[in-house]
Amino acid sequence: MGPLIPQEIITGQWDFVIALLIGASFGFILEASGFSSSRNIAGVFYGYNFVVLRVFFTAMIVAMVGLMYFSYFGWIDIDLVFVLPTYLNSMLLGGFIMGLGFVIGGFCPGTSYTAVAIGKIDGIFFAVGTFVGIFIFAEAFPLFEDFYTANDLGPITIGEMLGVSNQIVAFVFSIIAIVAFYVTWLIEKRVRKGMTEYKFE
Amino acid sequence: MNTKSDTKQQPRYINPYFGGILLGLLLLATFYIAGRGLSATGAVKLSVTKIVETVAPAHAEANPYYSKFLPEDGGSIMFNWLVFGAIGTLFGGMLSGVIYGRMKKFRVEHSPKISARTRLIAAAAGGILFGIGSQFGRGCSSGAALSGTAAFSFGGLLVMGLMFGVGYVFAYFFRKLWI
Repeated sequence: MGPLIPQEIITGQWDFVIALLIGASFGFILEASGFSSSRNIAGVFYGYNFVVLRVFFTAMIVAMVGLMYFSYFGWIDIDLVFVLPTYLNSMLLGGFIMGLGFVIGGFCPGTSYTAVAIGKIDGIFFAVGTFVGIFIFAEAFPLFEDFYTANDLGPITIGEMLGVSNQIVAFVFSIIAIVAFYVTWLIEKRVRKGMTEYKFE
Repeated sequence: MNTKSDTKQQPRYINPYFGGILLGLLLLATFYIAGRGLSATGAVKLSVTKIVETVAPAHAEANPYYSKFLPEDGGSIMFNWLVFGAIGTLFGGMLSGVIYGRMKKFRVEHSPKISARTRLIAAAAGGILFGIGSQFGRGCSSGAALSGTAAFSFGGLLVMGLMFGVGYVFAYFFRKLWI
């Protein structure tokens, strides 16, 4: 049955209406979870607020397990779902740079849009920064074009890489997430005790 | 920040696990409908390409990166799934901000230990790094780390691990910005 658009079950201008609705839901959930505040987000690095980890990991395991069930029930052709290809060198560097950006800027691009939406000027500066960053990247691109595509592993999955099925991967991730939820809850309680600068709900 | 009247106006957020379930279901629905996940920087990439193409069309065409995204049939770059998604994200954030009473006049949110100016410089620097990093990483937190990993991409997992890992490694050096 699914995915609908790649199989042309939905076509034409509906694409954009759907994109708008999906985007709006995305923005709503991010803002409602508290991601329009960089101080909430950065808490994950200092132990005073693990909201990022909770939302992110819960979303990931729900989607992972959901995809496996959809595939099992025959609701979705898993082979048509886009698996982000792996370019080893480039993605390692990209992850590194984004990690730095994360702890310095306190947002990621999606969350910065929701900060812009509710009037945070720091969100605007971050969002404008992403434009500048991409401009710099594109202008300098000829310098590292080879690096960008080096070590191309193609659309390889975690399961293929580790030699297990993706059902096992989803299961292990779920266990890791639950342990992480508990451990970070303990850490958060301790860190908050010693903190006087901020009020938490 | 610490006064009693402010405590009453503490922002109300939804339960993070509930938020996570909603986000996970949205991601699953997106996979089901579009065959691919959520994206945030894709729209910025296309917008930058559009701006450069408008200002210097020959330069955009000659550049090996911009030229990847220039439509062959002469249509508009901006008439794209990713762009509509990003516009939606902005409106969705606004809607939530209005409902929960966080939509206020323009302000800078920062730790009491740093000035607004420092916060703005850090925010812009973080944005620039994310702009550059997301291109190397084939997506940002949304496209690579979350959607990539959820669709079992090994590269997505790499990006996610590094993004958080490097954040922790460097957190000590930037602690003054936050705590």
